[in-house]
Order: sequence, then structure tokens, then C-alpha cells
Amino acid sequence: MYAQMIKTASDGVKSREDMSDEERAFQDKIDNDIKIEPKDWMPDDYRRTLIRQIGQHAHSEVVGQLPEGNWITRAPTLERKAILLAKVQDEAGHGLYLYSAAETLGESRDELINLLHEGRMKYSSIFNYPTLNWADIGAVGWLVDGAAIVNQVALQRTSYGPYSRAMIRICKEESFHARQGYHAIMAMAFGTPEQKKMAQDAVNRLWFPAIMMFGPNDSESTHSEQSMAWKIKVKSNDELRQQFVDQTVPQILYLGLDLPDPGIKWNEERGHYDFSDPDWSEFFNVIKGNGPCNTDRLAARRKAWDDGQWVRDGLLAHSRKKAAARMAAE
Amino acid sequence: MKNEWPLWEIFIRGQHGMSHRHVGSLHAPDAAMAIKNARDVYTRRNEGVSIWVVEAQHVAASSPSDKGPLYEPSESKVYRHPTFFDIPEEVGAM
Repeated sequence: MYAQMIKTASDGVKSREDMSDEERAFQDKIDNDIKIEPKDWMPDDYRRTLIRQIGQHAHSEVVGQLPEGNWITRAPTLERKAILLAKVQDEAGHGLYLYSAAETLGESRDELINLLHEGRMKYSSIFNYPTLNWADIGAVGWLVDGAAIVNQVALQRTSYGPYSRAMIRICKEESFHARQGYHAIMAMAFGTPEQKKMAQDAVNRLWFPAIMMFGPNDSESTHSEQSMAWKIKVKSNDELRQQFVDQTVPQILYLGLDLPDPGIKWNEERGHYDFSDPDWSEFFNVIKGNGPCNTDRLAARRKAWDDGQWVRDGLLAHSRKKAAARMAAE
Repeated sequence: MKNEWPLWEIFIRGQHGMSHRHVGSLHAPDAAMAIKNARDVYTRRNEGVSIWVVEAQHVAASSPSDKGPLYEPSESKVYRHPTFFDIPEEVGAM
């Protein structure tokens, strides 16, 4: 979901008979929940799919800083400002954990960042929506990070060791993100009528983009089978989405806000909430690059990278000079 | 890619007298910056009181294919564990 629509590099799931000895031993490890580690043998397609998924996940963490960074200087109180700053800093850290995990597969961080900046890798569709006011910041923390948690808790059990360990670290920090968001929205929902109206508007606008984060319906999700067999993906898009809806609806009701989708209704028989499908044509359009903020986000990323070039170069030149001086002294 | 900062492995010692533990890695131009970055990335919530950094290329690791020869011999040496020995209750705690 922070990684959506990952194309699995595979021609379909192989039967045991068609597997080589190496592939069979590899699949046995996965079936027995033994983690795959960087130096272990792995199929090329497993490696390639993981790089795509972890890379996209990392990019999402980093690009995700932009809509929230937009409001740091305009936070309503000093405390909210310090909290938001800490949250955005966490996201940079999350990006770093994930780039490090991808790096163990042989793709360097700079290479991945370059692919993002060239438009050859994606980040989550959600970050192509704008944050128009302070209520959106609360709603993003609560709904977007809330959705991320649902996905990432499942991914703690993913088969690749470094990815799983990154997820465990991230989940520990992510709960702060969701709670600070809900706390900010609570202040508004229980505030003045104008504030409550803003909170309602934010929930209305962000609900469908948030449930789109889990990716297309399982029936449309063509690449899942191999990723599930490899335990790169642990739960299906629809399972995760349902889990998110079930946990979030009572939170909306607690705030005294109207549900953002008239289709939300408790289904006694299923033991779950029913809800409406988002407009999937909008989703595919955003993925294609035509969302409200795609151009801005990528431009901001490229600018940050280019503006930082002299710092990276300067520090590297300094360390090389020091190393050369040390060598000469020895 | 050329001009990429080298990769450093980061080890943190927690509060309670435990040994340094590997927590992850990061890029930095030199050791001093690696420590500064590690402080920002890995100790934001009181996770540690001491940081070690080692450039990743200097870490030598055992090979996964040596797992058998390296670790299997210890499986048959159960007498290395205290629970192997039954001590009569009358003797008391040992």
C-alpha cells in the first residue's frame, strides 16, 4: 500500500516438480517461516520484486514528508509544531531503514532515488493529494498512517529478513503517528462548529484516497499469487482494506462525525462493515501521474536532491582529503 | 554509483549494561558524520547511550553455505548444557 501495484517479476507460480533443487530448498525455507537473508541464494525474480516493493515503500516514506512538511510552519500551537516535526523526521528515518533493506539486495540508495526522480519508480498514490488545511494534517496522521500500520504489521512477517526487521522498527514508531493525528482531529471535532466542519471535510476528502492505498481489488490484482507464495506479500489487498475499515469506522463515530461513505454499514452476517468501492478510475489516473500533486511532489524531490548536491560533494571531498592526509602521515 | 557516501553498520548499546547491538546501517562521508547520523536515526527515543560505527566493507561474515560445518557439530554436544545433568533434589540448588 505504501507499495501498490508492484509487478511481480515472474511467469507465474512454479509447481514443485518444475523447480530446480535450489528453488525447492528456497521455497521450503519460506514455507517453514525461515527468513531469507542477504547472502542466501534467492531466485532473481524474488530479488527483483523485492527491490521494486521495498524501493517504492522507501520512496513513499520520503515523499510522504512533503504534504506534512507543508504545515510545519503553520501548526496551530508550538506543541503541535514540535510533534509534527518529530513525525516528519521519523518518516525520513523510515525511508532510510527501507533503502538500507533494499541495498542488501544489491541496489544502492542513490540508484533507487535516481529511478524515482526519473519517474521510473513510484510512490504511494496517497501522497499525490494535497493537504489543504490543518484538519488534513490530523486526518493524514490518523487515516494514512493508520492504513500504513495495517499493512506494515502484516509485513513484519514478510520472508526477507532485512525487510521484516525494518517493518518491526517502523511499526514501533508508527503508532505515535496515528495517535498524534487522531488527537489533533479530536481537538477539532470537539471544538467550535467551524473546526468540526473542517474535520468532517478532511475525513470526507481523504477517506477514499486512504482506502485506495491498499491497491486494486483482489480480483484485479494480477501479480499477487507469486508474491504471496514468496511471502513478500502476506495478506491480500482486500483483506487489509477490510481490516482498516473495521478498525476506523468506530473511530469516526467516536468523533461524532458523519461517515464519509453512505455505503458503510455493519454486516451482521459477515461480521464486518460493508463499504463502497472507491472510484478506481481515479486511482489508476493518479498512479499514471495525473493526480492533483504528482508534478509538484516530484519537482520538490528533484529540487531537494539538486540543492543538496554541494553538501554531499563537499563532505565527501573533505573526508577524502582527511583520508589522504592520514595515509601520508602513516 | 560514483560519489556515493560509503555505507556504515551501526551498533548501539542500550541503557541497562547490555552489549552493543547491530541496529541497522546508513550512509555517511566519514566516521564522525556516521556517528552524528546514527544519533539522529537510531537514538531518537532513548534507545542508547553509546554508538559504534564500522564501515560495512570492513565487516567479514561467515558464508550461509557453511552453516552445516560451522553449527551442526554443537547439536550433538548436549552435555554442554547444565540441564544435561540430573542432580538429586537433596543436594539443593546448583
